[in-house]
Amino acid sequence: MADALVQVTDLHKVFRRGSERIDVLQGTNLGIPKGDFVALMGPSGSGKTTLLNLIGGLDRPTRGSIAVGGKRIDKLSGGQLAKWRARHIGFVFQLYNLLPVLTAVGNVELPLLLTGLGRGERKRHVATALAIVGLTDRAKHYPRQLSGGQEQRVGIARAIVTDPTLLLCDEPTGDLDRKSGDEIMALLVTLNQQHGKTIIMVTHDPRAAARARRVLYLDKGVLTTEATV
Amino acid sequence: MKFLPLIWHNLMRRKIRTIFTLLSILVAFVLYGYLAALSAGFSAGVDVADADRLVLIHKVSLIQLLPISYGPRIAQTEGVVDVCHFTFFGGIYQKKQSNFFMQMPVVPECLFKLYPEFVLPDAQKKAWLADRTGAIVGRATANRFGWKVDDRVPLQATIWQQRDRQTTWTFTIDGIYDGAKKGVDTTQFFFHYDYFDEARWFGQGMVGWYVIRVDHPERAADVAKRLDAMFANSPEETKTTAEKAFAQAFLNQIGDIGLIIRSILAVVFFVLLFVAGNTMAQSVRERTNELAVLKTLGFTNPGVLALVLAESCCLAVVGGGLGLALVTLLTRAGDPTGGLIPGFILRARDVLVGVGLTLALGIVAGVFPALRATRLRIADALRRS
Repeated sequence: MADALVQVTDLHKVFRRGSERIDVLQGTNLGIPKGDFVALMGPSGSGKTTLLNLIGGLDRPTRGSIAVGGKRIDKLSGGQLAKWRARHIGFVFQLYNLLPVLTAVGNVELPLLLTGLGRGERKRHVATALAIVGLTDRAKHYPRQLSGGQEQRVGIARAIVTDPTLLLCDEPTGDLDRKSGDEIMALLVTLNQQHGKTIIMVTHDPRAAARARRVLYLDKGVLTTEATV
Repeated sequence: MKFLPLIWHNLMRRKIRTIFTLLSILVAFVLYGYLAALSAGFSAGVDVADADRLVLIHKVSLIQLLPISYGPRIAQTEGVVDVCHFTFFGGIYQKKQSNFFMQMPVVPECLFKLYPEFVLPDAQKKAWLADRTGAIVGRATANRFGWKVDDRVPLQATIWQQRDRQTTWTFTIDGIYDGAKKGVDTTQFFFHYDYFDEARWFGQGMVGWYVIRVDHPERAADVAKRLDAMFANSPEETKTTAEKAFAQAFLNQIGDIGLIIRSILAVVFFVLLFVAGNTMAQSVRERTNELAVLKTLGFTNPGVLALVLAESCCLAVVGGGLGLALVTLLTRAGDPTGGLIPGFILRARDVLVGVGLTLALGIVAGVFPALRATRLRIADALRRS
């Protein structure tokens, strides 16, 4: 795919557990255009999260290349990758992974601490992100004072506050009840359709996957089928 | 600065643990400050001792007396400028052993010539010279007992009885002297030797030791040698040393104070290192997932290292800073013996060393947990959570 935002080519990832060799990804090829919303499905251990981590620069491939926005991230050093992630990637986790000692505002502000923005600007960006996820009235609440759905909204606000190129979601509804899960999916769809965010989402939930534009299936490290919703 | 709230909130995550660690650090630094002040107090005499002053004592020990006739012979020795004798009186105020302070009969004119660092108003000096039963006292002791000029002070003699076997000697306070510089001993009490010599029951014509000023400090060793040679083979042979060495030797009778204090502090800080290090290690272990999240968000390894080290340093600086502030206040209240250690002060250089120690403690306690945090592999840490 020539104009892909994310271009994965012949990607291999091998883990070793003692003398055991585990081929998690075996020559995966994938192209994701800007503005796409892709759901990655597959059984446990199929390599979904590994692929997501590799695209997000959290891990390094054994072989193959990954380009995001035309930049080969598999060639970047650890420090360069960290800075690249801060600028281009927003992560949403299954268990939200908020810092319990910080309020919603504090959590959403975290990625902005790595930018050169002043306090006032950071405050404005945080307020905007919290408004987008509909949590303005919970800004001063700590994670323990929020419901699961609200915590995930804070997680999404933290992911979008730097206006990243790519949003990577690892089972964002996996720990939520159906109603909250639907709300989170509606929010992700809004971010994709109204704000033009490119989203790659790993999920086990067919209902969540159905909200994406495309669904990709991974099995034993091989991308098997692709379905357009 | 923008990371300060994050650092502070992380420290306050386990309030009880943080408070106990802070208290351990605080107590250690109070102890450090106290011991540093104690060390300063003990070495004050050594620090203010002049290089051109010698002390001549009986060769056997300081307790043995010397004839007063040695004075003129010493004064005639080439290189000697002034000579003054002192005798240990050993009186107790109000019959309480804890009320001890140094009292010595002296020749007043001689004392002021030899010790210009004792500052006494002229009027008080004149009054003392004219008053045979008068005495002067240092500011520290005057403050300790609330004495004022013209007060009558009875001292209970432990050695020197009067001719009528009375043990109570009563003196009039004619003056209160101050030190011309920091560290000068202002606990001492001086009275007229003439009066003492006439009134005492035994020991007439004998003195405790001589303090001698030489014309050039570099000649001090030579003069000391000649003085001891002059009194060799006499019933009272002598031993002459520099005042500094004398003060140091006097101090060494108690033990090597500096070594004792350094040893105690080394043990305290070694233990403290484990306390603070354990707190930081636990804190990092508990936050493996959060540190992985921070790295996911774009915090670099040096950034995470700095964050953990900043937490550790913050803990050490707050605890150590509070400890140093507290011990500064405590030492300003005076020495714990109530005046026996006149130079008991927390010196600026000890405070600076304390500040350096807080930072060193923070860095050493935090460096291993911080390195562990940087080695964290994000994907593994997130998978484990």
